[in-house]
Amino acid sequence: MIEVENLHKSFGEAHVLKGISTSFEKGKTNLIIGQSGSGKTVFLKCLLGLFTPEEGKIAYEGQVYSELSLDEKRDLRQEMGMVFQGSALFDSMTVEGNVMFPLEMFTKQSRSEMQDRVDFVLKRVNLIDAHHKYPSEISGGMQKRVAIARAIVMNPKYLFCDEPNSGLDPKTAILIDNLIQEITKEYNITTVINSHDMNSVMEIGEKIIFLKDGFKEWEGSNKEIFKTDNAAVTNFVYSSELFKKVRQMYLEERN
Amino acid sequence: MNYIASIGSYAIMVKEVFKKPTKWSVMKSLILKEIDELVYGSMGIIIFISIFIGGVVAIQTALNLTNPLIPKNLIGFATRQSVILEFAPTFTSIIMAGKVGSYITSSIGTMRVTEQIDALEVMGVNSLNYLVFPKIIAMLLYPFVVAIAMYVGIFGGWAAGVFGGHTSSADFIQGLQLDFIPFHVSYSFIKSLVFAIVIATVPSYHGYYMKGGALEVGKASTTSFVWTSVVIIILNFILTSLLLG
Ligand SMILES: Nc1ncnc2c1ncn2[C@@H]1O[C@H](COP(=O)(O)OP(=O)(O)OP(=O)(O)O)[C@@H](O)[C@H]1O
Ligand SMILES: [Mg+2]
Repeated sequence: MIEVENLHKSFGEAHVLKGISTSFEKGKTNLIIGQSGSGKTVFLKCLLGLFTPEEGKIAYEGQVYSELSLDEKRDLRQEMGMVFQGSALFDSMTVEGNVMFPLEMFTKQSRSEMQDRVDFVLKRVNLIDAHHKYPSEISGGMQKRVAIARAIVMNPKYLFCDEPNSGLDPKTAILIDNLIQEITKEYNITTVINSHDMNSVMEIGEKIIFLKDGFKEWEGSNKEIFKTDNAAVTNFVYSSELFKKVRQMYLEERN
Repeated sequence: MNYIASIGSYAIMVKEVFKKPTKWSVMKSLILKEIDELVYGSMGIIIFISIFIGGVVAIQTALNLTNPLIPKNLIGFATRQSVILEFAPTFTSIIMAGKVGSYITSSIGTMRVTEQIDALEVMGVNSLNYLVFPKIIAMLLYPFVVAIAMYVGIFGGWAAGVFGGHTSSADFIQGLQLDFIPFHVSYSFIKSLVFAIVIATVPSYHGYYMKGGALEVGKASTTSFVWTSVVIIILNFILTSLLLG
């Protein structure tokens, strides 16, 4: 459970987050949606403590993040997994090295135990023949999947994904969405996902937060997003003709 | 005012480097990698430069010795003094600030702009310890590089002096032994140890705290070279005043 209260973040003159309050429950896939530049990445980085908000409170299971000592923060972070928007793989290491890195740093596992775990997570993200390649030698979509494998290798309690399926083909995108939802349920993880992808919104958006102009414009589930008459949300979510039709059909079916 | 703030954040960085150490089994291989990259990898250029600098010092001393009353062994003496006191420790360090320093700034800077440092922090790794500590430890071997630079510098002077027909080998070697003060070598090693820490940390600071994209990585490398050199030159003056003055 992550609770956020009245979060403010600015960069110089630019007031990016203007008082966001919400909460993310365990075992749920929480989605943050909003236009490009609406502050999704900034919000996620505030949650992770990579940005320090000027105002507001973030609590992990009741522990207020800003009140922790640096060491306590690092201990808490060992329970987090993060998929960055640009993947952020270590380019001095192979795919395998990247995924094994957290295990090497923080566990006492033997070489073969680590190897088994790495093989297992790489298989889960559908990567089986790239173990010994370097990040510069694989495609962007593959990099994303390695980043996801690295984020889940330690069985995190909190999983943050910044656009995990942007740049992936529809089939792999769905695979990744399903994978994230599966492990969220399986290990009872608190998962927060930034997304543009309407497919993800419909499929795995158990809780959706819509950011607009620095405010939380709307909050609800993927069931509710069909019914809402908040114009900003419907304009954003149903901006394509296809989705407009889908929504219409859905509403007609229900009536 | 800005400079004072920078010195402050530099000090905080150095303090942070020694906190929450990385697991030893991981750190050990990082240190070995940095020794290979920073120390062993610089050996070639240092040896090359030292030979020629030693040679040039010997030739210039010889060409200025037109008075027959001045003994020829001065060539060896002058080569030894300049190489041991200045060229091996200080000049070599400026070269290292360029070679090793720009490597450190650009590699750490690239990790900063591609969010690799954020990725480390999110995992709970002390990224400063992980990135900078192995470089500091590797650079503690730098005085050995300086020792080699002294040997080959003097050898270069001998070769240029003897084969250029400026002096006899015996005169040169006699000059090398003339009024030898062992503390000069210690002074030189103390200096190089201090410079080693500067070369490992100042470029790290510039890479770690940089902002922006790929273009800024290049700019940061240049700024880092300038500041590393300036700090070396100033510390050289201070240490010389303290130790020899
Ligand atoms: N480090 C920073 N320094 C200054 N301004 C920043 C910084 N990071 C983000 N911003 C600003 O904050 C705003 C929100 O950016 P953010 O990256 O959170 O958008 P986003 O919603 O993630 O967009 P996208 O969907 O394109 O990734 C932007 O106007 C951006 O210019
Ligand atoms: Mg973003």
